Amino acid sequence: MAQIELDGINRIFQLGDSQVHALRDVSLRIEAGEYVAVMGPSGSGKSTLLNLLGLLDRPNAGHYRLEGRDVTTLSADEQAAVRSARIGFVFQSFHLVPRLTAAENVALPLMLAGIPPHERSRRVEQALKDFGLETRAHHRPEELSGGQRQRVAIARATIMRPAMLLADEPTGNLDRATGQEVTALLEELNAGGMTLIVVTHDPTMGERARRRVLMEDGAIQHDLRRETQPA
Amino acid sequence: MSPADTLRFATRAALGYPLRSALMVLAMSIGVAAVVMLTALGDGARRYVVEEFSALGANLLIVLPGRTETGGVNPGSFVSSTPRDLTNDDAAALLRLALVRRVAPLTVGNSEISVGGRLREVLVVGTSADYLDIRGFKVAGGQFLPREDFGRATAVAVIGETIRAELFGNQNAIGRMIRLGDRRLRVIGIMGPAGRGLGMNSDELVLVPVATAQAMFNTNALFRIMVETRDREALAPAQRQVEDLLRARRDGELDFTVITQDAVLGTFDRILGALTLGVAGIAAISLAVAGILVMNVMLVAVTQRTGEIGLLKALGASARAIRLAFLAEAGLLSLAGAVAGFALGHAGAWLIRLVFPALPAWPPDWAVATALGTALVTGLLFGVMPARRAAALDPVQALMKR
Ligand SMILES: Nc1ncnc2c1ncn2[C@@H]1O[C@H](COP(=O)(O)OP(=O)(O)OP(=O)(O)O)[C@@H](O)[C@H]1O
Ligand SMILES: [Mg+2]
Repeated sequence: MAQIELDGINRIFQLGDSQVHALRDVSLRIEAGEYVAVMGPSGSGKSTLLNLLGLLDRPNAGHYRLEGRDVTTLSADEQAAVRSARIGFVFQSFHLVPRLTAAENVALPLMLAGIPPHERSRRVEQALKDFGLETRAHHRPEELSGGQRQRVAIARATIMRPAMLLADEPTGNLDRATGQEVTALLEELNAGGMTLIVVTHDPTMGERARRRVLMEDGAIQHDLRRETQPA
Repeated sequence: MSPADTLRFATRAALGYPLRSALMVLAMSIGVAAVVMLTALGDGARRYVVEEFSALGANLLIVLPGRTETGGVNPGSFVSSTPRDLTNDDAAALLRLALVRRVAPLTVGNSEISVGGRLREVLVVGTSADYLDIRGFKVAGGQFLPREDFGRATAVAVIGETIRAELFGNQNAIGRMIRLGDRRLRVIGIMGPAGRGLGMNSDELVLVPVATAQAMFNTNALFRIMVETRDREALAPAQRQVEDLLRARRDGELDFTVITQDAVLGTFDRILGALTLGVAGIAAISLAVAGILVMNVMLVAVTQRTGEIGLLKALGASARAIRLAFLAEAGLLSLAGAVAGFALGHAGAWLIRLVFPALPAWPPDWAVATALGTALVTGLLFGVMPARRAAALDPVQALMKR
């Protein structure tokens, strides 16, 4: 049993009279601990696929089994519980809450999951240290650099120790050096056993992934695996 | 999400948008303050009047000419359209009733008073010796009107303290002659200060024997007859006796009205109570407007924070958690508004009392409770709708809207 099993997924957007077929018959299996780069031209359905994987969106047809459980039929709140426990998100535009400090942003998932405050602050402190943000704990997002913001976002995405980390163009808003830093951080998390699925336009980042899923017009065109693991 | 966390999150959110929150609290507090202040004013007026009448003494009957219909149609009102006047003889007859202790006939009019070159307009009250005790007035110097037949027009006057000061300065007034209208009267007494009630200030009155006043105003009619009964229990039977006697004296016709002080008080109490209620109703409209503002502000807040709601959903927040967070935010803002309004309203009432010391302008408890309750309920109610909308948002849609 693979961690992620997609079967015949279709996602159709209704735009007035016209329909946009964002995903066509997508079937995909991803094992726990894999490192997958999703690539393809703009509008090919990469984000749509990632949103479905993260239970932020529902397919019009097809089945999604996560860790053996069919999650397409779950209620909204059951899906929220799965997101909380198993899935971490990193967005291109960080999506930090502007009025909250770095520490508070990182603590959000713990708070939403009802973890008591003392354990929360212990875990947040540890996470901030792990991501080199301990001196920035009480800064608000506007006082942080892009790289720091994305590190806060990654710390937040992983604070619940999810089974999989989904990143939609995580380096898209960063300069090259900072982007590489963030990529290295994500790969480190993957090396620790977390499944990593990254949507990227950056070919060098794609090269580093052990598996590349190339999309075109809502369908998977190529599914390339590299046999040798990078050091 | 624990309740404490929900509350903390909501507080941070409310403080995170200071202008929006301040506006909402302001609207709410103005609504609450309006209710508190206006009802304080209304109820203050009611209490003022009630206290004014209470100063009259409890076992008082007032006879007025003419029939004030209170129930049923009186056959007499068809027979004679113009009521007969109340006269001094009527008053004298009343004094002979067993249950009656004191009787003061009353004739009132405006006239000019002058001493030497000084001249001023005064309110002249023609009455009798008993008036002093019935009204609970005190004489500061000299004596009050002499006890004599109601028909005797003795040429004496008792003047209020203000009049005395204006006309005589620091000279002795007792024994001096004054000119009142076309008559010359001797001042025999000065009223003591602070006799108030029924809209008359004893400091500014000139009291003369009732017959003197009648001669001055060229009338036989009385404005009123005040009757004090032996005690409070005698009030109801005495009222009947007075009615029977006066009816007998005017061929069985009931063309006069006997009211008790309680009835007058009750009427004023009702009228001014209704006024307070009406004023409260008007103020409640401003509260409702505040409630609608809260709803709009919360709707804008939800729209503004759609991205944040999407993010919270992506991070695993249940619809309930989001609903509660927004509800808590609306609740906190309404509470702040209610408390601020409460303080503002009381400050306003305090200011009214400062400017009009005679007016006991305290907001009634029911008004304060309703204002606070309405503020909280409308705030929460109007917070629920946007909160539900926020919670129902689709996570992707919400996230993509920025
Ligand atoms: N909410 C939506 N409503 C209508 N159409 C949508 C919606 N979301 C996506 N689409 C359409 O679905 C298709 C796939 O969009 P998607 O965002 O998945 O592309 P993408 O591969 O992520 O592109 P990019 O690289 O530019 O981010 C596009 O044609 C897009 O216009
Ligand atoms: Mg995309």
